[in-house]
Amino acid sequence: MAHVLARNVVVDFPIYGGKSRSLKSTFIRSATGGLLAKDANERVVVRALNDVSFEFHEGDRVGVVGHNGSGKTTLLRVLAGAYEPVSGSIDVRGGVASMLSITLGMDMEATGYENIFVRAAIMGLKPKETSALANEIIAFSELGEYIDMPMRTYSSGMAMRLAFAISTSISADIILMDEWLSAGDASFTQKAQSRLNALLSQAKILVLASHDEKLIRNNCNKIMRLDHGQLIGIEELSAPVAARVPLAM
Amino acid sequence: MFRIGRRDLSLALKDLWDAIFGIHVWPMLGWLEIKQRYRRSVLGPFWLTISTGAMIAVIGLVYSRLFGQEISGYFSYLAIGWVVWMFMAGLMNDACTTFISGEGYIKQIKLPLTIHVLRMVWKNLLILAHNFVIVIIVMLFFRPDLDWHLVLFPLGLLVIAVNGVWLGVFLGLICARFRDIPNIVASLVQVVFFLTPVLWKPDMLGAYGWVATWNPLYHFLEIVRRPLLGASPSSLSWMAALFMTSAGLVIMLVFFSRFRARIAYWV
Repeated sequence: MAHVLARNVVVDFPIYGGKSRSLKSTFIRSATGGLLAKDANERVVVRALNDVSFEFHEGDRVGVVGHNGSGKTTLLRVLAGAYEPVSGSIDVRGGVASMLSITLGMDMEATGYENIFVRAAIMGLKPKETSALANEIIAFSELGEYIDMPMRTYSSGMAMRLAFAISTSISADIILMDEWLSAGDASFTQKAQSRLNALLSQAKILVLASHDEKLIRNNCNKIMRLDHGQLIGIEELSAPVAARVPLAM
Repeated sequence: MFRIGRRDLSLALKDLWDAIFGIHVWPMLGWLEIKQRYRRSVLGPFWLTISTGAMIAVIGLVYSRLFGQEISGYFSYLAIGWVVWMFMAGLMNDACTTFISGEGYIKQIKLPLTIHVLRMVWKNLLILAHNFVIVIIVMLFFRPDLDWHLVLFPLGLLVIAVNGVWLGVFLGLICARFRDIPNIVASLVQVVFFLTPVLWKPDMLGAYGWVATWNPLYHFLEIVRRPLLGASPSSLSWMAALFMTSAGLVIMLVFFSRFRARIAYWV
């Protein structure tokens, strides 16, 4: 059973360059960003997530919305396990695929083929498992002979195709996305969207952060609203999940 | 500051375990880092070999005269010492940036943090392998009397590599938090070079030989250098090296258990 349980999660980012600034009040509200505060050691901290509790269960397609600096990305990174909460607890059951940065680890000097192995290893695959997937990834990316060339020779579109093909070839119980993934030119985009939808439909839980509420309404059955690192509420969407319908991006 | 729960310790150990056995990524990353530095150059990493070789040739010629040493013995001593010193210096300098250079990974996804340390040690082992060509050339040329002590050589290297791991965790963590430390370490490594018997031998100092005896780096150097010169490292060297290794591993575990979860916030 895949699930996510968050209890009173607090994430503070210490700001080590910012000591000279005196903060008159303990909490300063600004239009964007988390709350600025001072911690016990008189350090300036940004409270990116403030006492956030929620539960996600199998079948949940959660859209996370909020303006810049509201804590969306931080929340995803906490779910990915990169940041451990300063206080509170998070319990994630099931394999997590973090698609926050699908080019992470790719090396411009290495060939496309080598990068398949690097990316897949970062996502937890053994070289043997990657070998089994490699041909399919190469075929999908349509890179042809370029796969044996260093990535610096790729156009940015080509690099994205490869990154997309690799990241979407590995299924997981829980998928985290920061904005909807898309790659390539018009014809490729269509192919990419159906591949992504197939992957997402296999996932037990999807958490998607986006500014595009229409996109979220089309793909999610829950909307989670964040503001200044605080959870405003989780709204159940009555409309059935339309994730199987190809999206017009 | 150092309240460490059993959970912290087990998470720290799990991180190390997963990094060593679970993730098949650090050998690849270490190699890519070297490749990246020598991109599109014809000789690639062998530029390391050439520049080290030139350095040793010149220093060997000048200092053997300066110290009035017999040239063949001095050359072997210098070549091995220099190459191993470069390995140790590389570990000390790179230890500072293990986590800082892994920032992109650390903030995005959950990977064992110590893969960045293993990557760093592996990279330096690969550099050592390239530089070691010099040692082989010098030894083929001057033919020191090798004997069974040679088997101690890989053991000595392993001890240094393990010390690279604890240093990479410990310094990597401190430097992620206090960004002035890498500069301090870099200056110290340069100064300590002259205090470590690489160019000179401890007996040249006469009454001041204790400068070497009390320098842990001397003992690390000895457990690798002596076997290659057909001699046995002194038991003092072994004891000093093993003491440093075990003390270092304990320090690493204490700090890593306590601050592992903070690293993502510091980098």
